[in-house]
Amino acid sequence: MNAPFFKFDYFSTDVSLIIAFAIGIAFGIALEKGGFGRATILASQFYFTNMRVLKVMFTAIVTAMLGLYFLSVIGFVDLSLVYLTQTNMLPMVVGGLVAGVGFVIGGYCPGTSMVAIATGKIDAVVYVLGMIFGIFVFGEMFPSIENFFNSGFMGSVTIPSYFNLSYGLVVFLVVLMALGAFAAAEWGEKKMAAKTGKEKL
Amino acid sequence: MTSITKILTHAFEKDEGHVHINMKEKPYSNPYLVGVGLGLVLLAAFVIMGRGLGASGALSTAVAVTVNKVAPEHAAQNNFYKEYVGDENANPLMDWLIFQTLGVLVGGFISGTISHRVKKEIEKGPRISTKMRLIYAFVGGGLLGYGAKLARGCMSGQALSGGAVLNLGSWAFMMMVFVGGYAAAYFLRRQWI
Repeated sequence: MNAPFFKFDYFSTDVSLIIAFAIGIAFGIALEKGGFGRATILASQFYFTNMRVLKVMFTAIVTAMLGLYFLSVIGFVDLSLVYLTQTNMLPMVVGGLVAGVGFVIGGYCPGTSMVAIATGKIDAVVYVLGMIFGIFVFGEMFPSIENFFNSGFMGSVTIPSYFNLSYGLVVFLVVLMALGAFAAAEWGEKKMAAKTGKEKL
Repeated sequence: MTSITKILTHAFEKDEGHVHINMKEKPYSNPYLVGVGLGLVLLAAFVIMGRGLGASGALSTAVAVTVNKVAPEHAAQNNFYKEYVGDENANPLMDWLIFQTLGVLVGGFISGTISHRVKKEIEKGPRISTKMRLIYAFVGGGLLGYGAKLARGCMSGQALSGGAVLNLGSWAFMMMVFVGGYAAAYFLRRQWI
């Protein structure tokens, strides 16, 4: 058996939608259990009072990255068949900045806002209405920003291929960076808790 | 409606010590354990489908399909709408990300219900009015929608999924989200702390 399964036609597109629904359910459960259905918890990441966002996100990235790397090394997963979004550096940098500012203003990111709606948060409903409006504005502006949107094209490029490093080495460096970030997050949370005298959420 | 919610909330609070002790909201799980769980879900998506998770894509399809219904000629001249509407042979709503996003809603509700965390409320800091919070929610959502489209994905599709496959652009996006967030946080502290 070879993976990704879908790329080897082990099941139809219709079945893939059922799988999408099932994976979505697991995704939603994980986000909710992490506390990501609450804007106050998500926003506290940016005030160093509760670093859950960083901890959950980097742990998830490291887990999936290590799993994928291991499965490709043993020849189970063909990494070249795993989808890589193309890189357009400048629009992605600008888009990231806009999204970061929007995250602190709105209190959610798109995925977490869905979980927040599912658990009754009214502000998340308003947030999603705003998001629909933002996408519509982007769509209407698209003809005039299309050149910028397609600028800085670098194709499908990974950190190892761009910096000419081995995949395994970058995997190792990301693990090290994550461990450093976790240590800093734990230390920072203790400092902030001592300073504000408040317990974290 | 808000007052009804308040009355209900108070009723439950009073009962907490007696009958409804199991109604108490459970604390959130250990973030590292949740991270491993989330990572395994993401890994499953890669192994089964060869693609990661997403969130903003489903709304983009919804917007594009709506524009295409209301003004088909207008949508046909726009490459952004055209990409999400796709060709006429396939129904754009029978889409992986739409089904995955519906799953997220269901999964969030299941998990929230089990842990007694489903509650109609507005998330905000103690120093901001409800009205201002909702205005901020709309503006922030708008910026996220716009920014995610510019960046070809959001925290799920780029930062999380692209991050795990060491995508160069995804890591740049992720770093910039933190830069933008921390730069804006000071000016928005009244909303949250």
